Amino acid sequence: MSTDEAGTAICAHGLSKRFGALVAVDRIDLEVPRRHVYGFLGPNGSGKSTTIRMLCGLLTPSAGEIEVLGLRIPAEAEALRRRIGYMTQRFSLFEDLTVRENLEFLAAIQGVPRRRTRTRIDELIGQYHFGGCQSQLAGTLSGGQKQRLALACAVIHEPELLFLDEPTSAVDPESRRDFWEKLFELADAGTTLLVSTHLMDEAERCHRLAILNHGVLVADGTPAELTGTLEGRTLIVEAADPRRAQQALLGVQGVLSVAQIGNALRVLTAVEDALAEGAANTRQRINDALAKAGQKARVATTPANLEDVFVAVTRNDKESEERAA
Amino acid sequence: MNRRRLWAIVIKELRQLRRDRITLAMIVGIPVIQLVLFGYAINMNLRGLNAGIADQSGTAGSRALVMDMLATGVVAPVATVNTPQQLMAMLRRGEISVGIVVPPDFERRRSDGRPVAQVLVDGSDTAVQGAAAQLAQVPIDSAAPDMRAPARSTPPSGRISVVSFYNPQRRSAIDIVPGLIGVILTMTMVLFTGIAIVRERERGNMELLIATPLTSTELMIGKVLPYVVIGLVQTSVILALGVWLFAVPVRGSVLDVYLATGLLILANLALGLLISTRAQSQFQAMQMTFFVFLPSILLSGFMFPFAGMPKIAQWFAELLPLTHFLRLIRGIMLRDASLWELWRDVLALAAFIVVMMAAAILRFRKRLD
Ligand SMILES: Nc1ncnc2c1ncn2[C@@H]1O[C@H](COP(=O)(O)OP(=O)(O)OP(=O)(O)O)[C@@H](O)[C@H]1O
Ligand SMILES: [Mg+2]
Repeated sequence: MSTDEAGTAICAHGLSKRFGALVAVDRIDLEVPRRHVYGFLGPNGSGKSTTIRMLCGLLTPSAGEIEVLGLRIPAEAEALRRRIGYMTQRFSLFEDLTVRENLEFLAAIQGVPRRRTRTRIDELIGQYHFGGCQSQLAGTLSGGQKQRLALACAVIHEPELLFLDEPTSAVDPESRRDFWEKLFELADAGTTLLVSTHLMDEAERCHRLAILNHGVLVADGTPAELTGTLEGRTLIVEAADPRRAQQALLGVQGVLSVAQIGNALRVLTAVEDALAEGAANTRQRINDALAKAGQKARVATTPANLEDVFVAVTRNDKESEERAA
Repeated sequence: MNRRRLWAIVIKELRQLRRDRITLAMIVGIPVIQLVLFGYAINMNLRGLNAGIADQSGTAGSRALVMDMLATGVVAPVATVNTPQQLMAMLRRGEISVGIVVPPDFERRRSDGRPVAQVLVDGSDTAVQGAAAQLAQVPIDSAAPDMRAPARSTPPSGRISVVSFYNPQRRSAIDIVPGLIGVILTMTMVLFTGIAIVRERERGNMELLIATPLTSTELMIGKVLPYVVIGLVQTSVILALGVWLFAVPVRGSVLDVYLATGLLILANLALGLLISTRAQSQFQAMQMTFFVFLPSILLSGFMFPFAGMPKIAQWFAELLPLTHFLRLIRGIMLRDASLWELWRDVLALAAFIVVMMAAAILRFRKRLD
């Protein structure tokens, strides 16, 4: 395992964290390429924040090895701190300082050269649209503005590596696009970004992502790779009475999940059925079940999305647990 | 240690403080209120107590004695009655605090050298007791008035024994004010830094700070420096008020006063920081502050004479910064001693500062676990 100038920014092996009896992160292997926006997708409590904290040396791993930007963590965490930016999940700037004062504080702490401080802050205030409210107290900003300010503060010293823990949780969809534009600009400029989220549409924008569930890394790859594994396994069922059709499909063998989306149902089928014959069988069973319920329905395959991937990997997880039990 | 980062912390603290109206008000408010409360409450030179007078003798000499007592200004007459019994009743009802009785045989007593008058005092109020003692000092040709608290039988005796009975220590604002500087600084300084680190942890700022190159030394010293200035401001307020309101003397050098105070401030701030690294919440920090504050008040010699305490309490008191500060400040302000002569206590405070500060810096981890 190693990280180097050209290729890898973060490399972790067998990373675990226990809080008493709770295993918050369970033997994770990670490799984050440089200049990428790397996504961390997972539901609440899946261990995203805990992993990020271990990677920047704020938590000591219970087991495993970490190398970030060529430094062994946590041993060399102090040297790493000059080179990273970390945006915490909870707003961690000073609510009783103004926007500008927060930026000034971080500039001094992060060692932005004195001569450049002023221009750098003005630059960020322009880029992040704080022109009108630079003397407003940070505590009085809206949720989305706070996150924008937190990002501005995290990048003030132009770090090589940025950890962003759910940076857009309070940002409206419109501004979120703007926010992601900024992230890609940073990646283009050579920054590596590790972004945690539980929003599928955000995960889809990442160059690569890892999916965490109950502290376990259940899948990783590019969004296309991940959805590619579900080729032919997602179906759209258009029925007159979607709710009754859903009832009919839930018990069918080979059906992993049935989610109602407007007037249609999105059906995810199990992996064995990806084989041509099996798929036909599951399709057959679905048609039978619908007919038995007296539902006239149209069934068609549809390209998989990350939500399907997420459901599929977490279902596999459950099934393997059940088998083990 | 990086000067720029240290300075950034100091400026941040000052900016936050500037917006914290309540704390700002407390910085000046606590010294003023404490000084006035303690100063007057423990000040025994009360004036204008309600007095009732029963002059049963009615001679020129007895009238002169009563006039002398009134002239002290300690009492103001509100009633003139005929018998001591009436005075007792008024005392019980709280209508008067002091009753002055001159018996019918005043002239004979005076020539015999026996007690010539009685001062009845509301003994439930120690301040009044103390004030009445002043009345006993009114000079009479050959005898002193007798004073006695209700429900207590004190044999009539001479002036000296009476005075010592009511006011054994004769403490006044002059003794209180120098000590009060120490008490106020112990109360406010420990609390300020006691919550300083916990507050940032509670508000979530700490996770941001520890992910930056900021070192624990920079953070700790940066947190302490602004409060040193604030402590010196408080000291000046107390000194100025003490001199103005209570005519407290500063017999030694003012520079020594500030140096001694600076030592106490640093000791308390360092102790507060150590508390802050331990406490899980601001509430816990306050509890711990109180845990330090009470023994400081009780054992340092501020309230009770140090020499009168059991040995164990004395040893424990030697660990409290306030104990050493009281010796320093009383020496400098009241006895015109110099810091040099009091080097033992200077050394003790310096050692306390170094140990506490080092412990706080070592205890603070740039980690979340
Ligand atoms: N300091 C701690 N002490 C004990 N348990 C903890 C601690 N920090 C986290 N945990 C537990 O570890 C698990 C993972 O938490 P973590 O904060 O990493 O989740 P997350 O993926 O970031 O969730 P979210 O999306 O809600 O932020 C949770 O079950 C949490 O309760
Ligand atoms: Mg989290």
